[in-house]
Formats: sequence, C-alpha cells, structure tokens
Amino acid sequence: MDGLGLTPDEWTAIALSLRVAAVATLASLWPGLAIAWLLARKRFPGRGLLDGLVHLPLILPPVVTGYLLLLAFGRRGTFGAALAEIGIVLSFRWTGAALACAVMGFPLMVRAMRLSLEAVDRRVEQAAATLGASPWSVFLTVTLPLALPGVLAGAVLAFAKAMGEFGATITFVSNIPGETQTLPSAIYTLTQVPGGEAGALRLTLISVALSMAALLASELLARRLARRLGAG
Amino acid sequence: MSLDLAVSLTRGAFRLDVAFAASPGLTALFGPSGSGKTTVIDCLAGLVRPDRGRIVVAGETLLDTHRRIDVPTHRRRIGVVFQEPRLLPHLCVRQNLDYGRRFFPRGRDAIPGLAFDDVIGLLGIGHLLARRPAGLSGGEGQRVAIGRALLSRPRLLLMDEPLAALDAARKAEILPLIEGLRDGAGIPIVYVSHAVSEVARLADTLVVLEAGRVAAAGPAEALLRRGELGPDHAAQGGSLLDMVVAGHDPASGLTHLTGIAGALSVPRLDRAVGTPVRLLVPARDVLVATQAPVGLSARNVLAGTVRDLTPLGEGAVRVTLECGGAALAARLTQASVRDLALAPGQPVFAVVKSVAFDPQGIGTGRGLGAVEI
Repeated sequence: MDGLGLTPDEWTAIALSLRVAAVATLASLWPGLAIAWLLARKRFPGRGLLDGLVHLPLILPPVVTGYLLLLAFGRRGTFGAALAEIGIVLSFRWTGAALACAVMGFPLMVRAMRLSLEAVDRRVEQAAATLGASPWSVFLTVTLPLALPGVLAGAVLAFAKAMGEFGATITFVSNIPGETQTLPSAIYTLTQVPGGEAGALRLTLISVALSMAALLASELLARRLARRLGAG
Repeated sequence: MSLDLAVSLTRGAFRLDVAFAASPGLTALFGPSGSGKTTVIDCLAGLVRPDRGRIVVAGETLLDTHRRIDVPTHRRRIGVVFQEPRLLPHLCVRQNLDYGRRFFPRGRDAIPGLAFDDVIGLLGIGHLLARRPAGLSGGEGQRVAIGRALLSRPRLLLMDEPLAALDAARKAEILPLIEGLRDGAGIPIVYVSHAVSEVARLADTLVVLEAGRVAAAGPAEALLRRGELGPDHAAQGGSLLDMVVAGHDPASGLTHLTGIAGALSVPRLDRAVGTPVRLLVPARDVLVATQAPVGLSARNVLAGTVRDLTPLGEGAVRVTLECGGAALAARLTQASVRDLALAPGQPVFAVVKSVAFDPQGIGTGRGLGAVEI
C-alpha cells in the first residue's frame, strides 16, 4: 500500500477522517430530514428560531462553535457531565470529533433537504391521500422518493464538510493522533514541523481526491435518479 | 347510495355556502370560474376543511364540524380525478394504477366489472402499463388517472373538470368513457364543469353554483328545460336538439341527422346510422331569415315560426323559434329584430351554421325533447 508513500500516522488520520465523516453524516441524516421537513412543511411558533439555530454554525466562526460545544459537552459541561454519568464521553474523543463535524455540516444538509422537500408537488401528495395513503405512507412512498436526489445531495455535502472540518473539531476535541487527529488536523500539524511539507502535500492531494470522489458519486446518483423521474 | 352536503367557509373575500343532496348517477356541479366548484370537491375529498358543515356519504358521516367528526382524506374512500392527472412521477403506469391497492383493508372486493383488466380495457391503457407518466400525453395521463381512481375502489368518484386541460380531440376520446362509467359502473359521480356541452351530455342531477352559493339544483333535464344555468350562461346559451343519425356522405365528409326540428348536416360523426344524438346549438350561431335563403354558404336551414322574443340586455334579444315542435333559440340584436319586424307566430327560417355544432355536445340521446336554455 505504500505506493503512495504514506506513513502509518498519515494512514491513521485518513481512516479516522473517513470514520468521523461517515458517522457524522449517518447520525445527522434522520434528525436532518425531520427538521428539514418541519421547516419545509409546517408553520409553528418558534419556526424562525429553529431555522436560525440550524444555520448558526454556518455563520459563527468555527472556533466559537467548537468552544460552545466544549462548554456544553465538555467533561464539566452542561450536557457533558450528565452524559459522562452514563459512560458517554465526547470531549477529546473521536466521537466528539464526529459531533463537531455533524453540527458544522448540519446547515448544509438541512438546506439541501428542505429545498428538495419544498419542490415536491403537494398536489401529487394529495392525490396519493385520496387513493388511501395515510400521511406516513404518503411521506414514505411519495415525498421521500421524490425528494431523494436532494436528500442525497445534502448527505454528500455534509460528508464533504465533515472531511474538511477543522476549526470546531480542533477546539472541541484537540489534535490527538489516532483519536482526534483528522485529515485537516494532520495537515495542519505537518505544516508546523520542519520537514513536514512532503507529508502535508501528500495528505492534501488525498483530501482533494476524496472530496472530488464524493462530489462525483453524488452527481452520478442524482443524474440516475433524475433519469428515473424523467421521461423514462 | 346518497350524498348529503352542507358546507360553509370563508377564505379572504371568498365565501362559500353550499348545500345539496345528490341521488345516484352523475351529479354535475356547474358554474363559472370562481363559483366554488373546486372548493366543494376539495371539501368532499377532505383536502379542505370547511369552517362549518356536514358531509354524509352512503350513510357514513365524513364530516360534522358540530360533532367534531372529520374523517381524514385517506379513510374517506372517495376517488378523485383532478384537472391534471397528478400521477406519481417516480412510478410506472402499472404501479400508479396499483397504488391504491396496497391500502385496501382486507376483504374489500373490487367493484363488480371494474377489476384491473376490466379497467385497463375500458380505458384502453393496456399498452401504456410499462411507461412512465412523464412520457404520456395529456389524454393518456388523464385516462390513467381515471383508472387509478376507479381501482382504489371508491364509493364515490369526484371529477374536477377532468377535460379542462385537454384539446377537443382528447375530450371526444374521454367523454364516452365517462358516459360508460355513469351508465355501467354504478359508482355515483360528482362532476365539475363550466362547459354546458359536457353538462348537457352527462348530468342526471345538476347543481348550479354562483359566487359560492347554489343558484339552482335538481334533475338536469328539468333545469336545462327551464334554462336555469345562471345569468353567466346567457352569453353561451343555446338549444339542445335530439336527433338521429340518418346517414353518412363520404364525398362531402358530412353526416346527416334528422329529428322533429328537421334535417341537419354536421361534420362526419363516427356513429352508426340510427344512433340517437343530442346536439347543442349555440344561440349566437343561429341566424333568422323571413324568406327561404338562397345563395348562402351555411347548409342548415330549418323552417319554423317565432314563438317568443325575450330581451337579454345590451341590445340583444333571444328569439325562440318553434321548429316542428322543437324549440330553437337565436341570439339577435334589437336592430335586426326591428328590421325583420319579427313577431310571435310569424313564419321564419333559421339558418344554423355548420360550425355551430360542437362535437363534444354530441352525446347519446336520452329521449329528451328540444330544450330551451
């Protein structure tokens, strides 16, 4: 495997990044879909507040988001202490890195999902209801399939964001090799040590390749789905 | 099967306050755009919740705001054919037709004569089953939508101007199917339309809506006879003539019809000789002459006498003619009436322009005499 000339530490960083990004994306998929649906379809008090909260990580400096996470989920944080009681520790663990990535990618995911849900023709959903489909059946058999391209795009965006997340992650869970040192943290570390340029460049190229692959994959999927919905 | 409806609602400046009862067969909701026809359909289907109201279908209360009953759309068992097909774009035609099946409670039988194969045969959509909705024409899509609604085994079928988005040829293709459903399927139908020709052809019961209120309601024949289609209708008024196909002339491409009013020629009509047909003759397409016209391009001239003259306002007069026992209305200007010195009892000739015959107005006759509207 060393055709790429990667050191074991670099491999560890890549594997960790993929794991963190995958867990962050999968874990935020259903909450993201639920909130996107609420924002797209429901009018309720506090809707604007929810919308603002979801978008907050997009406009706050990542360091601030990371620090807020540390305050909330740190060992002595508001939720962190309670979670520690039941054995869940997030600070300075890879799970914390996943949480930071999920929070940072959440606005992108919800935005894409919400737009695709808003684009689903309500009249077709009504027609399904007249044929006997309950609201939950309508969601599963009509809304979700029709919104799927956007839902996938949202997931890919969140994954790509998680692969590149740096500020909030390093603030919240630091930069521990093998535990919280993701690809961007590893690149940052390599640029800080003498002779690290080659390693930084290698990881940078890997990072670019992974992001491109994710983008291409989502593009292919979206096109395939569009064909299925189109004049097939 | 019965339908009892009383609903009222206010949405901004629009107020709807409608109550009617429908007997079996086809009930037409007739009225101009904005009269509330579609809102009534939406209330029936449970897509719109009225402020106050009660809806009872076949003895089951679907809505009673007073008793806080509001059966959700998916449990109402009311099939709806909308103005546009609204097919599920991600499913093929067969899956669209089958969509309602997965929600049947066990033990609900297909409507007799309306099993899957019957329906695709009736609608002629067997060759479309593998296609996607995006690849269908408007007429094909609407036929699939009708099939899908029928296969969901409804106890009431709502059709909200199902022909509105189709051209004349597609309308001519689907109207006989709706007639077939009315006469054969035994499902009561509520049919929304603002086209007199469709109503005249299809309706058993007629409910005329105007500005959110019921202007008239009752058996279609009687209402049409009395001309109670609402003031908006005066502009498009006309007469219904029942005739029989007497023969076809391949050379001229015309079909000859005969009836008590006389003989008429219309563009080729694909019906066998002897088939009864009902014609709609728009009043504005009838000219009146005091002498037998010569050198005229219009082919259809009927002899008759003036029965009465009714001013319509804006300088227009409705002249009702008696042609061999059938009534024929003509819309003339007051100036023409004066120039011709028309008076009741006077013998005249009615010139009917061939183009005045609306192919969609030609339906199967049902023993109705000429109707004045």
